[in-house]
Amino acid sequence: MALDTVATAAANPTTEQPWRELGLKEDEYARIKEILGRRPTSSELAMYSVMWSEHCSYKSSKVHLKQFGEKAPKSDALLVGIGENAGVVDIGQGYAVTFKIESHNHPSFVEPYQGAATGVGGIVRDILTMGARPIAIMDPLRFGPADAVDTRRVLPGIIAGVGGYGNCLGLPNIGGEIVFDETYAGNPLVNALCVGVMRHEDIKLATAHGTGNLVVLFGAKTGGDGIGGVSVLASETFASGKAAKRPSVQVGDPFAEKVLIECSLEIFAEDLVIGIQDLGGAGLSCATSELASAGSGGMAIQLEKVPLRDPSLSPEEILMSESQERMCAIIEPSKLSRFMKICKKWDVTATVIGEVTDGEHLHITFNGELIVDVPPRTVAHDGPVYNRPIAKPAYLDSLKPVTLPAISNPKEIKAALLQLISSPNIADKSWVTDQYDRYVQGNSVLSQPEDSGMVRIDEQTHLGVAISTDANARWSYLDPYNGAKLALLESCRNIATTGAKPLAVTNCLNFGSPEDPGVMWQFSETVRGLADICLEMGLPVTGGNVSFYNQTGAVAILPTPVIGVLGVIQDVRTRTKMGLPAAGLEIFQLGNTDDNFSGSEYAHLHGQIGDHAPTPDIDAEIRLVNLLLEAQQFFQSAHDISDGGLAAALTETVLKNSVGATIELIEQYIPGGLTAGLFAETPGRVLIAVDPVNIEEVRALSNKYNVPMHRIGKSGGSALVINGESIELTELRRAHTETFAKLFN
Amino acid sequence: MRIGVVTFPGSLDDSSALRAIRLAGGTPVPLFHASDDLKEVEAVVLPGGFSYGDYLRCGAISRFAPIMASIIVAAEHGFPVLGICNGFQILCESHLLPGALTRNQDLHFVCTDQALIVENTDTPWTNGYAKGDRIIVPIKNGEGSFQAGADTLKQLEDDGRIVLRYVDKNPNGSQHDIAGISNARGNVVGVMPHPEQAIELLTGPSEDGLTFFTSVLHTMVGR
Repeated sequence: MALDTVATAAANPTTEQPWRELGLKEDEYARIKEILGRRPTSSELAMYSVMWSEHCSYKSSKVHLKQFGEKAPKSDALLVGIGENAGVVDIGQGYAVTFKIESHNHPSFVEPYQGAATGVGGIVRDILTMGARPIAIMDPLRFGPADAVDTRRVLPGIIAGVGGYGNCLGLPNIGGEIVFDETYAGNPLVNALCVGVMRHEDIKLATAHGTGNLVVLFGAKTGGDGIGGVSVLASETFASGKAAKRPSVQVGDPFAEKVLIECSLEIFAEDLVIGIQDLGGAGLSCATSELASAGSGGMAIQLEKVPLRDPSLSPEEILMSESQERMCAIIEPSKLSRFMKICKKWDVTATVIGEVTDGEHLHITFNGELIVDVPPRTVAHDGPVYNRPIAKPAYLDSLKPVTLPAISNPKEIKAALLQLISSPNIADKSWVTDQYDRYVQGNSVLSQPEDSGMVRIDEQTHLGVAISTDANARWSYLDPYNGAKLALLESCRNIATTGAKPLAVTNCLNFGSPEDPGVMWQFSETVRGLADICLEMGLPVTGGNVSFYNQTGAVAILPTPVIGVLGVIQDVRTRTKMGLPAAGLEIFQLGNTDDNFSGSEYAHLHGQIGDHAPTPDIDAEIRLVNLLLEAQQFFQSAHDISDGGLAAALTETVLKNSVGATIELIEQYIPGGLTAGLFAETPGRVLIAVDPVNIEEVRALSNKYNVPMHRIGKSGGSALVINGESIELTELRRAHTETFAKLFN
Repeated sequence: MRIGVVTFPGSLDDSSALRAIRLAGGTPVPLFHASDDLKEVEAVVLPGGFSYGDYLRCGAISRFAPIMASIIVAAEHGFPVLGICNGFQILCESHLLPGALTRNQDLHFVCTDQALIVENTDTPWTNGYAKGDRIIVPIKNGEGSFQAGADTLKQLEDDGRIVLRYVDKNPNGSQHDIAGISNARGNVVGVMPHPEQAIELLTGPSEDGLTFFTSVLHTMVGR
């Protein structure tokens, strides 16, 4: 096919173009013609189509996401905010931490191993691009029913992909989630979070300025994989009868990424780059247009210089390829030889592909012929913005309250508890997490199944950070505004339970089709709730990601805002773990239980979802967090009470170190009785164990912060005894740990 | 006491091995695969990781690194060498140790706190342990199943060259529950578990692994 140059485009204005196949709408195509004053060349069309995709342009979410800016709390911690590859916060002692969560849902359904693997690879490059050394990853995952046939195809592949890539990169995987629900059956969610650390002065930005500075592409060669990944895959629903999308999934090479990390960090350490951008979604189209539009604006690229894995690629394909493990740097010519020397040391291919110009356009030539001539901002930032129709969905009017058989007889406790703790959502996840390296780098202070992951930042001062990701999609389904708030509050509670102070927020908002007004309502309510709670808690949102079109036919996933909270701990040696360390400790529940079972795992086991999410008590949550931080020194163990209620929290607490407990719940003091006491998921509760000599100190602090503190039992023995009903730890362990092996071996 | 740690492309536990040497009281010296300069170290650790991605047989490319030529010569003269995980695989590929490490029995990567028995304490890396010590050290690998011919296994057993053996459970299908072995002279030791990740209670399941590094320091002082 002849090269479609700018001159050809101007001379042949009526040539038919495949804009529809590339995912553009008619008015979007018209807008491109208006911007350029002619029809786009095929290369320009390729660039606009990927950059104006839902995935890259946030065209449906933008109008809502601006609330994060409008309602942003005043924060001294925020060093780099939303808009860069990842946000950066100050954690003190001259350290800056960058963290972000992203989705890789659609590719992981099509090709589970590579989809999940490259999801990890992409988020790690975002963190690296900020100038940081990546130090840990986490993976919140969601699947269809555990016993569904397709889950058995998808889950092992995704777990192996997350592990295969992360393990080979040498990044400890310190937590995440695994949740099963019918709505994820055709739409598994693979979210990946990465955290990195650097000194303040080492922060790097994606910008291209300084006429004559060089554009250098380094890392893997460009191949035909992932073409149209963001436009064709991530911005459309799955429907039967369409062509296979496997070629749209990228293929990962973790070894290439590992050497790219070491090479980049050495380049950063010598301060050799002016700006840097990784190549992820939309590949070179994204990197060149974003770098140019964040700088002075002009850039000239010679596309034929891009090293290719497949020499038959057309210029359009080179621009759209999402081949992994590539970075694009802007460097001064005087620093090129040093730059190249470091690349050579790490055997990383590096090629000068262009330079920054004093013009205002991004010019791309192919063997001397001009094939792209665009204002870069129109590609990177001036995409369409939609104010999609919003309508409260009808299902909310037909919700029914939960009706459950009450447990009145202690004998029934055992059967109900064993059923709950062996259910896939509550069961022990070691089958999964033992496939991830949690030790590498030697700084993992806490990892799954602890309440938050925690890594040491400084060996001398003992400074560290904690991270937790949480979502309760069923509450979001019942009430997306409060659901988002509750997810953030749970995440903060998890951070504080381990002894760290919440500092900043990232989020991954997973939803169905934005073209469905009901889904758009869920989304807008979620963003409103999240922006409000961040303001109320004084926590800045540092960045995030939106994944729409998680929908098969008319069935959308549960609205799933996954919230990640980063916390700081001054001395990691003081962290609190969840397991009972010894016998003879007094066990307390902080916070009150109520009788709302809506959205709980217990109701789910009985095939119900209920009618209303809890109303968050933000003041009480803040007081609880403050209490946890101040009383931490007196806690022998602490564990958040959430999914599966007190029953699940107790199970995890006693099994961790095989130290039993005797629990006595006083039925008449709990609204909803014993059933609620054990299985309700009332937010704002934490299970703690205290040495008898410290009880008065803890009680004084609970009074100071006005947090209810209920003595519920004592540690010791080889069984979990609840109101006289005894379950041997061996039996409890078997029930808790056998589920995954049985399902997936 | 200078102890080197080699970084190959794809090494991951090199920084942890350097830390372990420092905490044991030694002077950690980073070494790079592409140079044959051992920088006057008195012992060397080949760390864990996925050198060259382990896309080929694990360790098969690294064993041709310039630094390995120097290490092989030194090892033949009694220089202490410890290979951990990928380092063990490199030692097998280099023929400094017999046998091979193959895919784990259940074909999964496995990361777990593993109970081990120290059987051979006549090596520079294990002489700080008592024979029969039970230790807890993490394992984390996808290809850790030790395999060797019957004659080799018999010789390893007869000569007391099994350094570590898995107890309670065999995590990967290794023959004879073998977790670590030495060469005939005892100066070259390869182990699948990661002693450098069991040096602080804060970050590991135990401090049991530190003795590998204090052992070699004592050995060199005593020489």
